[in-house]
Amino acid sequence: MRIDRRSVLKGIGAGVGVAALGAPAVRAQAKPVRIGFMTVKTGPLASGGIQMEQALNLYLKERNNMMAGVPVELYTVDTGGAPAVARTKMQELVERNGIAAMIGPLSTQEALALDDYIRETKTPTISVAAADDMTQRRANPWFVRVTSTSSQCAQVMGDYAAKDLKYKRCSTIADDIAYGHEQNSGFQRVFEEEGGKIVQKLWPPLAVPDYGTYIAQINTKVDGMFAAFAGSNGFRFFRQFNEYGLKGKIPLLGGMTAFDESLLQQMGDDAIGLLSVNYYSATIDTATNKKFVAGMVRDYKVEPGYYGAATYTAGAVLEAALKTTGGKDDKQALMNALRTNKVEDTVRGPVAFDKYGNAVGNIYIRRVEKQNGRLVNAVIKTYENVSQFWKYNPEEFLKNPVYSRDYPPAKFLEN
Amino acid sequence: MQFWLIQTLNSIAFGGLLFLLSSGFSLIFGLMRMPNLAHGAFFMLGAYFGATFMNWGANFWIAALLSGLAVGVLGVILERGLLRKLAGNAQGQVLVTLGVSFIIADVCLMVWTGDPVPVPAPQWARPPMFLMGYAFPTYRLVVLVIAVIAAVLLYLLMERTRLGAMIRAGVDDMEMARGVGIRVSLLFMMVFMLGAALAGLGGTIGGPIMQAYPGLDADMLPLALVVVILGGVGSLMGAFVGSFAVGFIYNFGTALFPDFAYVILFLPMVAVLVLMPEGLFAGSRQ
Repeated sequence: MRIDRRSVLKGIGAGVGVAALGAPAVRAQAKPVRIGFMTVKTGPLASGGIQMEQALNLYLKERNNMMAGVPVELYTVDTGGAPAVARTKMQELVERNGIAAMIGPLSTQEALALDDYIRETKTPTISVAAADDMTQRRANPWFVRVTSTSSQCAQVMGDYAAKDLKYKRCSTIADDIAYGHEQNSGFQRVFEEEGGKIVQKLWPPLAVPDYGTYIAQINTKVDGMFAAFAGSNGFRFFRQFNEYGLKGKIPLLGGMTAFDESLLQQMGDDAIGLLSVNYYSATIDTATNKKFVAGMVRDYKVEPGYYGAATYTAGAVLEAALKTTGGKDDKQALMNALRTNKVEDTVRGPVAFDKYGNAVGNIYIRRVEKQNGRLVNAVIKTYENVSQFWKYNPEEFLKNPVYSRDYPPAKFLEN
Repeated sequence: MQFWLIQTLNSIAFGGLLFLLSSGFSLIFGLMRMPNLAHGAFFMLGAYFGATFMNWGANFWIAALLSGLAVGVLGVILERGLLRKLAGNAQGQVLVTLGVSFIIADVCLMVWTGDPVPVPAPQWARPPMFLMGYAFPTYRLVVLVIAVIAAVLLYLLMERTRLGAMIRAGVDDMEMARGVGIRVSLLFMMVFMLGAALAGLGGTIGGPIMQAYPGLDADMLPLALVVVILGGVGSLMGAFVGSFAVGFIYNFGTALFPDFAYVILFLPMVAVLVLMPEGLFAGSRQ
């Protein structure tokens, strides 16, 4: 559903009409709340960005375009994933449209480009951008993340590999960007502290034309391989991994976007049995999530994954905050509400925030299974109330440098 | 031992794929003196078309030929409809092809969505084969064979047919070719069609390795540029040798010097540009 001026006016009209009938929650002067939505609908990141938009549209549609009793005016912008464009578009959202809060942007590069402007204009921002430091060493007071830092899920997978799978030796492969580095190091730190050894780390560039040369180097004397990929790379890697006959020889443990729901049907039955870690799974067995998944399948014929669930959750968190503030035009109050609310029933489970603005919530270990003829990421273990700092003390954690390609150093690498 | 064997096979197979990508680019560049920046997008279209035709039930080879044909026709439309109007304005043509590549990329996004589309290999080529005890993807060797066949056919076309002679004449000296009565405008159209068709065919053939996904165009175009700069503009031999050279440099470079993964392809290109600006096998005498 596109929200144009006319439907917005209708929404406002409806609000006034309800007020005239004497509904106490909506006063006649209830101004619509203006929400900016920054996504990516063109270029290589569009897959996630389009799903973000579908999920948000669904969220608003289910609520007749109202949040906390106030009509919503949604302003959607497409950045194409370009940081410079994101900066211009956000300026437009803030100065021309006068938004009260923003959902987005999608990518870390965009979020970094907007960091100053978000602070300057004091715009409450709910983003999926995963870079650890956005909510750690350089936490922006106007930023919250309802999903997971890059390393938050990976740390859980490190624990699962060491304790539940009892793996001793693992290798890793990840996109050679901060997102891959941070996931990889999160996995490595927890896995090694619990007795495992990382014996090989491979770093293909993000836009690598062919994984063949990396796959040929894979150390086969390992119990498993952690694979942290973004976008369609996990899918491409997996196809080529099978091409080289490695399927079944080395179990793959996927990072949070490696085997996303959006890739699953394309991966085919070869994918059955793959493990991955995420803050969400379309199979989470709650009424809220079932309704969300059914809505996405009905309206868009897709099962939601990382990006869809993120935006739908962002909607829920924003709505809860608007309820707290009563829709009053006060950015500071809205921001405080965003950060201090605990939202019990989102599609990913309960969500609270730490003082750095990052979600504390469930993280799921998932296994690809075939149910009713469809491939799904079935939840096999739930870690509850996981913080971005895993089980470490936040102050201690933040004294270390941010996770990177070489931090923490890997002590057990073999050639 | 395994390392050298598998990486060598990887290099050769990747070289084959690069030849399918870059031969058409080189042909167009050589004759029309313009880099067709929509070439990566043609390749991507070929991959999407191939996947779609196979979904509709076509067999792999039919799908590949149909994709080649479809992209070839698109090439003709582009050449007749847009580039022709900019004849003589190489800069304008370059910008137009770049714009067309953006349009194609966004149309692909609308039609095939942002999620990657798998391009299946022929059934028999899917299980890996074992060479001296080491697993190697069968399909990559198939690609190599196709590339060699394509190279031989192109060679025969260029060296043994009248069309080939006209193309060579056009590459060597456009004015003179015009002077002896070759219809250069028709020639442009045919070469553009052939080049585009090769990209479309290459897209389907390369599909089972690369898959079809948004951004494939931008991943492939620089490879075509590197091959052609290395091998020399407008020379089939150059594209052939350049493809395999790049295959080896890329595979061994990234495996042996992983920290140089980003520049490994471009260092040799810079060296060639400095030392032999015409490329290893210059086809042009201008």
